[in-house]
Amino acid sequence: MSETQAGTGAATAAPALPPVPAIELDGVVKEYVARGETVQAVRGVSLSIAEGEFFSLLGPSGCGKTTTMRMIAGFEEPTRGGVRLHGQDVTGVPPNKRDVNMVFQSYALFPHMDVWENVAFGLRRKKVPEAEIRRRVGEMLEIVDLTGREKRRPREMSGGQQQRVALARALVNNPRALLLDEPLGALDLKLRQAMQIELKRIQREVGITFVYVTHDQSEALTMSDRIAVMNDGLVEQLAGPREIYERPATAFVAGFIGTSNLLNGAVERIAGGFAVLPLGEHGRVLVEAAGHSPGDAVAVTVRPEKITISTEEPAGDVSAVRGTVSEVVYLGTYNSYAVKLGDVAEMTVFQQNAHDSTTTAERGDSVWLSWQPQHSYAIGS
Amino acid sequence: MRRLTPYLLVLPGGLWLLVFLVVPMVFMASVSTQEGDVVNGFVQTFHFATYGEVLAQYQTQFLRSVGYGLAGTVISILIAYPVAYWIAFKGGSRKATYLLLVLLPFFVSFVLRTVSWKFLLADDGIVLGPLKSAGLVGEDFHLLQTTAAVIGGLVYNYLPFMVLPIYVALERVNPTVIEAARDLYAPRAVAFAKIVLPLSLPGVFAGVLMTFVPMTSDYVNAAILGGPENTMIGNIIQTEYLVNNDYPVGAALSFTLMAAMLIGIFAYARALGTENVLEAAAR
Repeated sequence: MSETQAGTGAATAAPALPPVPAIELDGVVKEYVARGETVQAVRGVSLSIAEGEFFSLLGPSGCGKTTTMRMIAGFEEPTRGGVRLHGQDVTGVPPNKRDVNMVFQSYALFPHMDVWENVAFGLRRKKVPEAEIRRRVGEMLEIVDLTGREKRRPREMSGGQQQRVALARALVNNPRALLLDEPLGALDLKLRQAMQIELKRIQREVGITFVYVTHDQSEALTMSDRIAVMNDGLVEQLAGPREIYERPATAFVAGFIGTSNLLNGAVERIAGGFAVLPLGEHGRVLVEAAGHSPGDAVAVTVRPEKITISTEEPAGDVSAVRGTVSEVVYLGTYNSYAVKLGDVAEMTVFQQNAHDSTTTAERGDSVWLSWQPQHSYAIGS
Repeated sequence: MRRLTPYLLVLPGGLWLLVFLVVPMVFMASVSTQEGDVVNGFVQTFHFATYGEVLAQYQTQFLRSVGYGLAGTVISILIAYPVAYWIAFKGGSRKATYLLLVLLPFFVSFVLRTVSWKFLLADDGIVLGPLKSAGLVGEDFHLLQTTAAVIGGLVYNYLPFMVLPIYVALERVNPTVIEAARDLYAPRAVAFAKIVLPLSLPGVFAGVLMTFVPMTSDYVNAAILGGPENTMIGNIIQTEYLVNNDYPVGAALSFTLMAAMLIGIFAYARALGTENVLEAAAR
């Protein structure tokens, strides 16, 4: 499933060296002094981004994701730790000497230049011959579908067009990595979704490493090969989209990515390959036994769409809890139910509005919620 | 009524300009072609020859004024640009304070400030006095009544008019645009030359208009800080009006200066004020 280019050296006899990662961060810390106080924006991030990977830094505002990206670009220097681009330490190397390009959140197009001059800017600085500039800029404008608009000024273009100019201006230089700082943030939903697909297509086409900063979890899940979920200056989880969603490593990740239910309990016994967490009169939760022993206090998550609502107590080795429907929200393709388990928890349940859906609970109904044991995980806090 | 609103809004200012600018201008234009003297009165004879006469007679002062104006303007740009740049990009939360400091001299009368320069630059004043006693400069060295003093005074008096428009233009430059240029392989100096400078040129353009015109027609600095060799056209006009009471000559000089300035500014605007410059800078 990975978009990473497969190694081409399979036929050669020499033992393949492990490929040099495009970007490596090694215990990177960034401190600011604001009003006499030292603030840590990034508190020790280590990660390695492979060549050709679509890598996302995902987190709420203030989590350090943009600062991390700016350290890769060279706009900020780490207080401690190192940044390596293709194995080379770039500490102290100014942004104009780093072979990475950035797409800025506000596009930062040059307002006094037309589209053509904007896109040609980097190539001109690199003293590329004029004929080659003409060819490459033309090709790039074609890729981003802006052919015929070369003479336009940025202010004469729509947000989506400006966005594509910004992308072309960075990509035309054929950088070793492209850094994108919430590039779709200013676009409306429809355009944003179209651009997500477009970005992914372009990334596949040019095969360049993309580092994508966003606070939008659906954006990150849609496009990324791997995602680093950041919170408070640290990486909470680094994994593929599916794993981030299905197996959140921490309560923060579970809560930040999609909607999640959190139940606290203690393991009572291990039976039939499952750890059993009784919730008193509200039922019980089963999780896979591995790593648990009786007496452990654990927090367990389950996604709303994994839960089935029924009026009868479900049978078999499933988690089953009982509560009262306190809210029903019709959301088109699905209903969202809020179910209160006394004062233990309030759970969110999504149920598809399939045409044969029979279980339609009403507010005040007493219902059973059940899900398969493999859909809940004990997480760290 | 709705349609009339814009005209009604323009009415007070328009009337003001009509009464206090257009009417006196027409009157002075008429005076400039009259003949006579202040005792016997002036008669309209459409004597356009006055223009030729004043141009020939005061050619030196005309050229000197333009020269001083140009020199003062160029020096103002060189001083004002770094100041405006520093306030716009490094001023942080104290920008307003720094701007106020730039404007602070305006709280003291123009003439008073220029007179205090006279004290500062006097031969045995607080600058030259100690330097002379220390033997660092010769006894016959002086600053007053020199070209340098007049141009220095012009620059000092009109500098804020250069700082402010450049500051406004620089303030509007989005700092991430500069980062974008740096990211696209431009060293600091190139990012400045290709991005910051072109984007701030409209401010420089406005600053030039706001300083060159008053500098060229100034007379206070030449009168207070200059000597006989530094007489500017403004001084001549003042003398003709207030001392010689030769109103036609004074009016003809004024209109000649105005025409020269309008033509100059128009040419300047055609050459620099359009987007051509920006386009050239974009390459």
